[in-house]
Amino acid sequence: MRWLDQFRMAMLMLFRRKTETARLNDELGFHLDQQVKENTARGMSPDEARYAALRTFGNPTQLGEEARASWSWNWLEKFLRDLRYGARTLTRSPGFALTAILVMALGIGATTSLFTIVRSVLLKPLPFRDPDTLVMVYEHFRDSTNGDGFNVVSPADFNAWREQTHGFQNMAAWRNYGFDLTGEHQELPEVVQAAGGSWNLFSVLGIQPALGRDFRPEEDKVGANQVVLLSWSLFQRRFAGDPSVIGKQIRLDSAPYQIIGVLPRWFTYPDARVQLWVPYASTFDAKSFARHDMHQSHVVARLSPGVTAAAAVNEVGALQYQMHLAHAAEPVAEEVRLRPILEDVTQDVKTPLVVLLCAVGCMLLIACLNVSNLLVARSAARRKELAVRGALGGSRLMLIGEQMAESLLICLAGGTLGVLLSFGATRWLAEHWSDLPRADSIHLDGTVLAFALGLVFLTALMAGLLPAISSTGSGIFAALQESSRSIGGSLSRATLRKTLLTVEIALTVILLVSAGLLFKSFLHLRTSNLGCVTDHVLTMKYGLPEKQYDTREKVIAFHEGLLERMRRLPGVQAAGLVSTAPGGGWDNDYVFTLPEHPSNSFQLQNDALVRSADPGYFSALEIPLISGRIFTEQERLDRDQYTVVSKKFADKFFPAENPLGQRVTVGSLRKTYEIVGVVGDTMWDVTQPIMPMMYFPILSGVPEQTGSATIVVRAAGDALSLSIPIQQQVAALDPALPVYDVLTLQQVVGKSTATQSFSATLVLAFATLSLLLAAIGLYGVLSYLVAQRNTEIGIRMALGAQRSEVLRLVLFDGLRPVLIGLVIGLVGGGTAASFIRSILYGTSPLDPIVLATMVASLLLTAVIACVLPAIRASKIEPMQALRIE
Amino acid sequence: MGKPSDLVQGTLDLLILKTISLEPQHGWAIAKRIQQISNEVLQVQQGSLYPALHRLEQQGWIRAKWAESDSGRQAKFYSLTAAGRAQLEREKKSWSRLSTAINLVVEGA
Repeated sequence: MRWLDQFRMAMLMLFRRKTETARLNDELGFHLDQQVKENTARGMSPDEARYAALRTFGNPTQLGEEARASWSWNWLEKFLRDLRYGARTLTRSPGFALTAILVMALGIGATTSLFTIVRSVLLKPLPFRDPDTLVMVYEHFRDSTNGDGFNVVSPADFNAWREQTHGFQNMAAWRNYGFDLTGEHQELPEVVQAAGGSWNLFSVLGIQPALGRDFRPEEDKVGANQVVLLSWSLFQRRFAGDPSVIGKQIRLDSAPYQIIGVLPRWFTYPDARVQLWVPYASTFDAKSFARHDMHQSHVVARLSPGVTAAAAVNEVGALQYQMHLAHAAEPVAEEVRLRPILEDVTQDVKTPLVVLLCAVGCMLLIACLNVSNLLVARSAARRKELAVRGALGGSRLMLIGEQMAESLLICLAGGTLGVLLSFGATRWLAEHWSDLPRADSIHLDGTVLAFALGLVFLTALMAGLLPAISSTGSGIFAALQESSRSIGGSLSRATLRKTLLTVEIALTVILLVSAGLLFKSFLHLRTSNLGCVTDHVLTMKYGLPEKQYDTREKVIAFHEGLLERMRRLPGVQAAGLVSTAPGGGWDNDYVFTLPEHPSNSFQLQNDALVRSADPGYFSALEIPLISGRIFTEQERLDRDQYTVVSKKFADKFFPAENPLGQRVTVGSLRKTYEIVGVVGDTMWDVTQPIMPMMYFPILSGVPEQTGSATIVVRAAGDALSLSIPIQQQVAALDPALPVYDVLTLQQVVGKSTATQSFSATLVLAFATLSLLLAAIGLYGVLSYLVAQRNTEIGIRMALGAQRSEVLRLVLFDGLRPVLIGLVIGLVGGGTAASFIRSILYGTSPLDPIVLATMVASLLLTAVIACVLPAIRASKIEPMQALRIE
Repeated sequence: MGKPSDLVQGTLDLLILKTISLEPQHGWAIAKRIQQISNEVLQVQQGSLYPALHRLEQQGWIRAKWAESDSGRQAKFYSLTAAGRAQLEREKKSWSRLSTAINLVVEGA
């Protein structure tokens, strides 16, 4: 029962502290009175009795304090008292407090935001069953030079893996797909991003549909009855969340599909853009489903308990090698590779996010150093006060505690403000960073708040400890002895401030260099030459459903009809059709052979991107013709055996010959083409190197190859204003055909550089803030030093020092830590640059322009911060300075 | 006034617990009683009495109650809790072990 007594006391002490204090005083008073009474009884006079009692009793206040020291919650009481003192000191200099709080708010807020994003995107496990045992399996070409060596999988390879190997518990596949979605009754058509998933995909992931049922094995067959699973967002948006849609029909590319279920709201794999799922096999025809050389699928596998990932992948790899040998003339990979599913989802943003987190951590450190610096300045101004407190019996620990409470208050206020800031900032980032995977899982929660609180204490410790320790050291009483006119007073304090400043400058330089490199790389991307005109170009896409547009003639009729209508529109200077516009992505590639240069086996290097284009496309985008000619209008239907190649293609495959008239055999099409022209290179992705490219006539009209097209229109003025008139022309030809991705060419480029844009802009913002903080710090230290040395400078001038000499003296005093910091920072910056090398495009980590610019901007800022105090010093009137105090 | 040594502090606890084991007492009476019983040998320092009382109370060995004193004035009376009684036994045992040991050393040498 003892704990009950203890608990009762603890509660009493916590909630009835005031009463208990009064009672303690009563108790001591009672004791004293008894003593007085006894003394009086012995015959002392009342006054005498009282003094004698007090003599034996001791100091009642101190006794009370000592008794109180044994109470529980005493630490809390002390802490609250420190906080109260801290708050009082802070409100005495609101300017300082406000600056410090704002600085900390920025630091803590930005760090919290980035932590939230990094945690949600990179660290939180995916919301699947046992996500740690899920891996992605890819093909790997041994001599692959493009990309990261993780090549998407062909359907036949996947089927062989699933049927013939047993290392994995289960294997499922998915591929991206697109549909024109319409209802049964002429509702507004729309293009939806879809995906084909093998029947076991959701059970492998551990997902149950929120409504209805999952795919069945018999539905995952080529030509089976067609069924569809809706995503939650499409279900809400297009079907108003009405559960009765299950069992009803919708039309995808004009074919009827039965809705069998709705996926859970939170299910956004592989990304939030996928609106509906159909069975994997139904996205293929029988011929392509059996092909080993068409790669487009992603394979998810679950590891078996007891089988290592290496053993499982070896088994699949052995099978893959057999298939490679069996199809030696086709692009079938030799090996397979795997990586964890989380890594697969986040690979593109991992480095940028880590870089941002480091940058923001750097900024937080700079903020801490700055506040620390400000506190040192204040403690220097309060030396006498501290000395008096120390002399009156304040222990060192108490004095340190008090100063720490001050920095804790600053950081608490800053942290609160920072969390509020980060609330908005995180949301804004998650909404506007379009390439960010798992953006929907980003939100502030308990862990983040705990993290922010931890940051508050950590920063309070970092910012407060050094000034507190240094100001309460053994030399504390020297302040009392110091005469008011002493001049070399706080030399050590100035050294401490300069050291802090050096570290601050070094960190700023690291940030500046990284920011400069990232920004230059981003500018490089944004201004990179796509290989065509990019101003006033509008692009939009459409896909002709193969069910309706099932012959070459029908496809050509639509394409040509649309081109003719568009070219007649006012404001249109030129119009063309292409399968995918420059900067619009990989689209498709063919591996080919050259009949004039026969080789024994298939060569992976004979690979080029393919585009279908109409004759007007090249002039519409001003892609230069280098030699030969463009297709003619007559090269259509089955007279389509002509190809135009890019300069890179010609240089790579015909380095010493005239490419014109040469022939190219595309194995997968079983067709040979004659090269009729060479045009300039265009980029397929601004962040990637240029690839060889082949163009085929879109007027061949082969439905599966030319049914999807991108309209490119060069406008006389504002390109976007043409989007409605063009959509009207499309609707006039086929009212059920939706267009999508209506973007100017510059927007296309912007979309593909969103991550670079974010990381460059944010790091630059952090660096600028840090520079500002460093400048404030520098200015503060130097102003303080000048104020301290007022008398000294006065004496110097009285003894004949020139004003220019004083100016130089102070200036160099301030610039010394800057220069040391700069050197350290450049070394650190070099290390940081090699770390971010992988996300730099066309920019060397030691780019001289960036380094020069950053060093110059730092020096300029530093000189400005130093000049003001230096000028003030040089204007000191010697007589006045000597007469002060 | 230096801090009481461990021995002093330990014995003070024992003395207090023993003194109030018979009947509840207030601080003044505890000090007086110890003084009287020890034939004025043990002078309890006021400076350590009250902190010790409050510490014992916080630890749950003793319990305090406000009641009228002989003089008719309200005073804080301390009494033993059940746990305190057990603690007293333990302290007594450890004290007798200690004093026997010291005796052995002092007498035997």
